[in-house]
Amino acid sequence: MFRLGNKIDKDIIAKVIASAAALSVIAILLAIGYELYTNSLPSISKFGLSFLWTSNWDVSKGEFGALPFIYGTLLTSGIALLIGLPISVGVALFLTEEVKGSGRLSQSIGTFVELLAAIPSVIYGLWGLFFLSPFLKNYVEIPLNRYLGFIPLFSGTPFGLDFFTAGVILAIMVIPTVSAISKEAIRAVPNNQREAMLSLGATKWEVISKAVLPYARSGIFAAAILGLARAVGETMAVTMVIGNVPSISVSLFSGGYTLAAVIANQFTEATGKLYISSLIEIGLVLFLIALVVNVIARALLQRHQIVIRV
Amino acid sequence: MQEYTFEKITSRSRTLKNRIMNILITLSALLALTPLILIIADAVIQGMPALSLSFLFSTPVPVGYQGGGIAPMIQGSAIMVAIASLISIPIGVTAGIFFSEWPESRISTISSFSNDVLAEFPTMVIGVFAYATVVLATGTFSALAGGIALGIIMIPIVARTAEESLKAVPNSVKEASLALGIPRWKTVIYVVMSTAKGGLITGIILSIARAAGETAPLILTAGFSNSFVSNLLNPAGSIPYLIYYYGISPYSSWHAIAWGAALILIAIMLSLSLAVRLFAKVRTGLEVA
Amino acid sequence: MMKEDVFSENVSLQGKLAKMYVVGLRAGYGKEIILKGIDLAIRDKSITAVMGPSGCGKTTLLRCLNRLHELSSNAFVSGKVLLDGVDIYSKQVDPVSVRRKVGMVFQKPNPFPTMSIFENTVAGLRLTGIKDKEKLNAAAERSLRLAFLWDEVKDRLDRPATSLSGGQQQRLCIARALAIEPEVILMDEPCSALDPVATAMIEEAMFALKRQYTIVLVTHNSQQAARVSDYTAFLYMGELIEYGQTKQIFENPSNELTERYVTGKFG
Repeated sequence: MFRLGNKIDKDIIAKVIASAAALSVIAILLAIGYELYTNSLPSISKFGLSFLWTSNWDVSKGEFGALPFIYGTLLTSGIALLIGLPISVGVALFLTEEVKGSGRLSQSIGTFVELLAAIPSVIYGLWGLFFLSPFLKNYVEIPLNRYLGFIPLFSGTPFGLDFFTAGVILAIMVIPTVSAISKEAIRAVPNNQREAMLSLGATKWEVISKAVLPYARSGIFAAAILGLARAVGETMAVTMVIGNVPSISVSLFSGGYTLAAVIANQFTEATGKLYISSLIEIGLVLFLIALVVNVIARALLQRHQIVIRV
Repeated sequence: MQEYTFEKITSRSRTLKNRIMNILITLSALLALTPLILIIADAVIQGMPALSLSFLFSTPVPVGYQGGGIAPMIQGSAIMVAIASLISIPIGVTAGIFFSEWPESRISTISSFSNDVLAEFPTMVIGVFAYATVVLATGTFSALAGGIALGIIMIPIVARTAEESLKAVPNSVKEASLALGIPRWKTVIYVVMSTAKGGLITGIILSIARAAGETAPLILTAGFSNSFVSNLLNPAGSIPYLIYYYGISPYSSWHAIAWGAALILIAIMLSLSLAVRLFAKVRTGLEVA
Repeated sequence: MMKEDVFSENVSLQGKLAKMYVVGLRAGYGKEIILKGIDLAIRDKSITAVMGPSGCGKTTLLRCLNRLHELSSNAFVSGKVLLDGVDIYSKQVDPVSVRRKVGMVFQKPNPFPTMSIFENTVAGLRLTGIKDKEKLNAAAERSLRLAFLWDEVKDRLDRPATSLSGGQQQRLCIARALAIEPEVILMDEPCSALDPVATAMIEEAMFALKRQYTIVLVTHNSQQAARVSDYTAFLYMGELIEYGQTKQIFENPSNELTERYVTGKFG
């Protein structure tokens, strides 16, 4: 009896230790929020909520507003999804519906698309800076500006380091995630749905567009939200191609800034309590946005019982 | 006998649309691959010229001088990743054990969810957190702060892969061990974990690969340095930060170095990723996405 | 076996040609041969039942009639299937068009969950580009009436299709298949997932339908075949054992295997 008691105690100890580790994950998340909050107090008490909609970022005057960065984050993530989502769904369809692609070919393409996720952000930034930015400037931005420059979106002087390039790079970076989840959502469509549409005399594309995609649409939506979560948090690739100018412009070809980029760029040079705490408050804003989007994304994924690995 | 023309039933435009969409779908798959090929090509073309044995083993030289290398940054990255692993592997694996052994518990549900959220979190925010805690407490940028930041980034990945590998161990193995009278805690630590060894290792490798490529958190924690790490409480150079710092500089010789470092980093990342994928598929039949 | 030999004296065509002929049909997956050479005639405006024990190939046979079988991986098919004299497997024929003429109702009801009852019914018509509201409404009503579903849904056509019961969903699927006015309707064990009441309603619908359409019905329930069909084909292990008028097959089968099956000794 004495020995039995020993065994049970050790099991309980094991459970306690393990749960401590599990709890520490929650603790870390809470701690991040807490630390960000307390360290931004100087700037919170000075600017209050107006921090969120003030567009002034003047270091010398000590006036700080987060609007340009919130704008930039949302704009670049929006562009990323606009471009990245259709391509990702296309990739997912290619891999699952076997649209004239041989089986082995799609498997290798699938692996390669996943490899896109293994490339570090800073290398995307390097490539973006030296290749993509000049390329987009010369072959996309300048022509668009010349012929469609009357549309505010394409107005201004294309420089290459702007919202547009940042959006394109983000689009590339979210493709692995969005296509992987979309693939699962499309795979989950029961085959009898496809056959029902086929038996009405539908072409392959009609089966996809009228039976498969509608059925998978909430899963694809979840994929998009997770892609958004990724795009919102990206730092290095964005800061190397966005121009790092706190401007709010309708033109896609204008330089800009995002929440993550301004912290990366200005933190090491920041002096003065107000400046630093303003930057930390930007971190807090990013924390909250990322938290909300990620939680929504996770909840949606759980509903679809889609399991993805990092 | 009736003349039957099936061809006229499906209109030409529908057939055309079908063909166009088929092509577009294939194109999008190829389009998604293009950046991968371009980046690797660029890294090879721009980075190869800078590579040499001395590149890997010597220290950086001032602008305008020949030669030099990135040895201190390699060391810095290695040290910080080591610190990060030291922190994240115990915590992550243990948390993973909890998620797989007690999945019904309230703590499990909430923590697992938080874990997933933390895994996708902006690493810049984690960097700010490490700044606000470690850097402010020690008063300096340091390799330690960098390692801690990377550790926080690694924990969710380790935990998640640990959970999956442990869950993949068949119940029969556990039950056999328990039936032999081996207590539960021993069963998990000795029996289940060794069965899940392959998955655990691949998970750890993946998380190390991820941490090794991170730049943003290091900007606010480890800072940058051109010399070897002698004191954990001093700033430390790292490969990703070098790529950033040299990449945005105005010197073309530094750009070449950045590309060289990038080539090394890509080579490590891609080979780790591929190896892990193949290894996982072969060993456990699981696909590591 | 020549197609004329398929018919015994009892089943002469009296100068009329059959709606569909199956000639030397072989089909399967990879190395597995499921249909070993089937010759069969499907008569117009009647119900032909295809019955046999599990694995005999009856579903494969059905899916060869609308070129659905070939879409599975590793599937192969050879032989001819003539619809009004034209081989649907000939190179000039577009499979999509075949499926327009030869409709299908599946074992498990499979309405499109993101569409309303109305949209489900006219889904096939929309494919052909018909947008005219009046035409669609008329077609929907006609098809739903033929499927014996109109009275139950006429006031809630905009409700989602998933709000219907299993039996209603299956009748919806029948209406959906009917809306595009096919000439042949294939039914793959349409009642196997339904309760007796729902089954009875669908059998009643089949009786009404056979006046206008050719129906091929696969069923594992030999009593259903006896109740409903005009002609019956009995398949066993990929071969056609016997074919003839239902009355004759059940009351006076010529093959011993057939007799054992219809008397319930196996399958």
